[in-house]
Amino acid sequence: MGRKILLDKINVPGIKTYEVYRREGGYASVEKALKKMTPDEVVEEVKTSGLRGRGGAGFPAGMKWSFIDKKSGKPRHLVCNADESEPGTFKDRYLMEYIPHLLIEGMITSSYALGANLSYIYIRGEYMWVYKILERAIAEAKAAGWLGKNILGSGYDLDLYVQIGGGAYICGEETALIESLEGNRGNPRLKPPFPAVQGLWQNPTVVNNVETIATVPWIVNNSGADYAAIGIGRSTGTKLISASGNIRNQGVFEIELGVSVYEFMNSDEYCGGMQTDRPLKALVPGGSSVPILPAHLIYKTAAGEDRLMTYESLSDGGFATGSMLGSGGFIVYDDRACIVRNTWNFSRFYHHESCGQCTPCREGTGWLEKVLWRIENGQGREEDIELLWSIQSKIEGNTICPLGDAASWPVAAAIRHFRDEFEYHIRFPEKVKNRDHFVAEPFEKVKHLVAKQIV
Amino acid sequence: MKVTIDGQEIEVAPGTTILQAARMIGGESVPPAMCYYSKLKGTGGKCRCCLVDVTKGSEADPRPMPKLVASCVTGCQDGMEVASKKSDRVAEARKAVTEFLLINHPLDCPVCDQAGECDLQNLSFEHGKLQHRFIEEKRTFEPEDIGDKIQLHMNRCIVCQRCVEVADQLTDKRVHGVLNRGDHSQISTCVSAAIDNEFSGNMIDVCPVGALTDKTFRFKSRVWFNKPFNAHRECTTPGCCGKVTLWMFGNEIQRVTARKDEFHEVEDFICNTCRFDKKEVADWVIEGPRQFEKDSVINQNKKYDTTEKVVIETEKGILMGRDVDRKKISMAEIDYNEKIDGNPINSKNNG
Amino acid sequence: MERSHIKQEINITESLMARINELISHYPADKKKSALLPVLHEVQDAHDNWLSIELQNKVAEILGILPIEVYEVVTFYTMFNQRPIGKYMFEFCQTAACCQNGVEDLMDYTCEKLGVGIGEPTADGMFEVRGVECLGACGYAPMMQLGDFYQEHLNKEKIDQLIQDCKDGKITLHDK
Repeated sequence: MGRKILLDKINVPGIKTYEVYRREGGYASVEKALKKMTPDEVVEEVKTSGLRGRGGAGFPAGMKWSFIDKKSGKPRHLVCNADESEPGTFKDRYLMEYIPHLLIEGMITSSYALGANLSYIYIRGEYMWVYKILERAIAEAKAAGWLGKNILGSGYDLDLYVQIGGGAYICGEETALIESLEGNRGNPRLKPPFPAVQGLWQNPTVVNNVETIATVPWIVNNSGADYAAIGIGRSTGTKLISASGNIRNQGVFEIELGVSVYEFMNSDEYCGGMQTDRPLKALVPGGSSVPILPAHLIYKTAAGEDRLMTYESLSDGGFATGSMLGSGGFIVYDDRACIVRNTWNFSRFYHHESCGQCTPCREGTGWLEKVLWRIENGQGREEDIELLWSIQSKIEGNTICPLGDAASWPVAAAIRHFRDEFEYHIRFPEKVKNRDHFVAEPFEKVKHLVAKQIV
Repeated sequence: MKVTIDGQEIEVAPGTTILQAARMIGGESVPPAMCYYSKLKGTGGKCRCCLVDVTKGSEADPRPMPKLVASCVTGCQDGMEVASKKSDRVAEARKAVTEFLLINHPLDCPVCDQAGECDLQNLSFEHGKLQHRFIEEKRTFEPEDIGDKIQLHMNRCIVCQRCVEVADQLTDKRVHGVLNRGDHSQISTCVSAAIDNEFSGNMIDVCPVGALTDKTFRFKSRVWFNKPFNAHRECTTPGCCGKVTLWMFGNEIQRVTARKDEFHEVEDFICNTCRFDKKEVADWVIEGPRQFEKDSVINQNKKYDTTEKVVIETEKGILMGRDVDRKKISMAEIDYNEKIDGNPINSKNNG
Repeated sequence: MERSHIKQEINITESLMARINELISHYPADKKKSALLPVLHEVQDAHDNWLSIELQNKVAEILGILPIEVYEVVTFYTMFNQRPIGKYMFEFCQTAACCQNGVEDLMDYTCEKLGVGIGEPTADGMFEVRGVECLGACGYAPMMQLGDFYQEHLNKEKIDQLIQDCKDGKITLHDK
């Protein structure tokens, strides 16, 4: 059994409530930090832990904290990014729904470390019932004296509120989230200045993912070194993986970073193998934005080494033969899945979610979707594959925020690894008329038709 | 601080952006800018036309920047080296942005009042391609009436948001903004309100394309058929400089705009009284012809001296053509009730 | 642009106003605009789940901001409805795992059963079917949102049951 840090107590009956959570040792990190540690000592522990941002980018959390501008004397804020919207990812919701006080505890301890007296949790609008759960949890924590003025007699004050979003993927980007928190459209800001210097209301701000913040109590209760002892290399600690698609056990799993992809996929503790006897075709290991991996690159890297669930191993081989751990949205496809349809589906998502502020993303995402839709529906042209490649390469790297990259990568990876499937759609439009065209006749069985045509 | 752009060195003050430094140098290295406007705070960074390659970050940290950066919002560092015109990567990116800006653009220059002074035309001329790769249906918007002075043509808009900044920074009560998102983002008042404010006309001047044009000048004349003159008047509107460009056809003022510099930015904003209500020559003190950059199409008609008769000694009448071809046709005299093949033409069906 | 001109009765009750004031109190006194999104949710929930221009103007007045600032935000986010919608709106997630698990078939089934197309309310105003993007429930696909809550692991039988429950008034839309 892998070690559990976040979901250790998830099965304790009533852990949702303050009483049970407290009885099980909850809020100990707040006591320890406020009574025995200076804010800088907490930051140091988090730095030592090697904890990396769990929202997708994997930036070291302790380092991000150390960038916060303390010299300006302006009020500082901690904002929790609970705008979980990356397709394939649903871990934060699980954490907040079933053990909300863990996040509240993390927010208090982390805010103390940053010297923030006013902090927010920004949750996506669709998680309305979770918003209510958090509001109640905050009220309970406040009633018990964990929030407000002079917490535990330490002289430290903290107000914590939840803010609800309105339905926009882009608000998961930290500066768009700040804009949204200020009551504006979720348009990402130009960087620099970074939020650590000018964030919420131009004050120094740190934005962290739910899982990142929920990990802080354990690090404070134990130590940064204990946390760093789990995992491999720079991938320390545990990570929540949201597993979905054609696997037996779908849901949220906590893994020790470093477990092999094979074990995660097949052991009964985690995914439990494929859902049916249909073979594995592809894997998106870190949410819709990361490159899709074809079957032969899932369990082994191109160099023939075991592929592990770590930041490094999943990206081994770069974009040519690797992918990314991202937010841990693990989507498994068997041979019924159509890669073209899936890519179109993702492109439609990015087209729908583009904020429209900068040109390449505003115009390019729609273009990608339209071309992919034509190919999927049997109206593709041979030159469309090159066109798609060209469009995605022109969006990537030229936009204000990473949404442009996120829209480009899945298209690039699909063409890179599944080009023949695109060709099949273009050359045999009659065969892809029904949307479930690979259910009865998986691509493996008709692949030879494309191969024959290659001159 | 010292920066080098395309090998040309210049000394700049701290806080200068790369674009500003390039404009100080001038010439071909100046990146095109569709959304940045030096007179409006908070503009820039959106259109991505002005991307440049920072090949050396600074003297202190010489590492190159991994991505192309928007020169209008990136500050210069001491010892920074930038490739603009000289970088293939930059040229490729600008081409890409130009293509993206044009895929949904109606390309209706022949009927667009902005033609001839349009930044998108200039950008396409410099960075566009001849072929089209976009075969999908173009995105269109429902027309919206925003009053009797300004014509909004949303299909031409590139969402630079300059007009929103004008309303925010020059007027006290903004009624229009950006609605919707993604490729459906549009400039709108949402409720078809008239944009009615003493400085609203400046939206027309800052618009880089034909999305916002002067309704009082609509379809009157191509801009290059007008002769631009600098003129001024004692304007009593607070905040108005009263210094304008008059666009004349003969002795008639076709339209009034603010004075624009070589980067097509206004020198100073003007009020709606000057722009829309003062169309008599007597209202103005005319200073003289307005100069434009040498490759501007507006120079087409920039002959301010009286035209001398040109006499060409050649075979008699060779340039005159046949008499029959020189017969003038008067539209008014055409009989719309004429018949084709014996059937009367219904003027309704005849368009 | 075309806007719905259907009249909406505006009723900012005392309890709604109290909740709005509480939300405003979450932000510094000079940052009232920050409360815009939560306030819009509350106001929309109390007004048949849609926001007319008049209602948006009212929100602008309460927060002391310009009406256009409210319009800009309302049109940016997908959860604010600018026209009357079916009372029970079935918002099916169409992305990734839900698409893979046959949500399109379920949407077709639901539309057929209700006799409507996507995005058009039933004649009695009871139901509406809409497709939305990822709702963050990929492990429980196919799924949809109904009011404030998620309905997961859907199949045709569950859809039948849900429609019946809605008709019988057994479905709670908002958690107040």
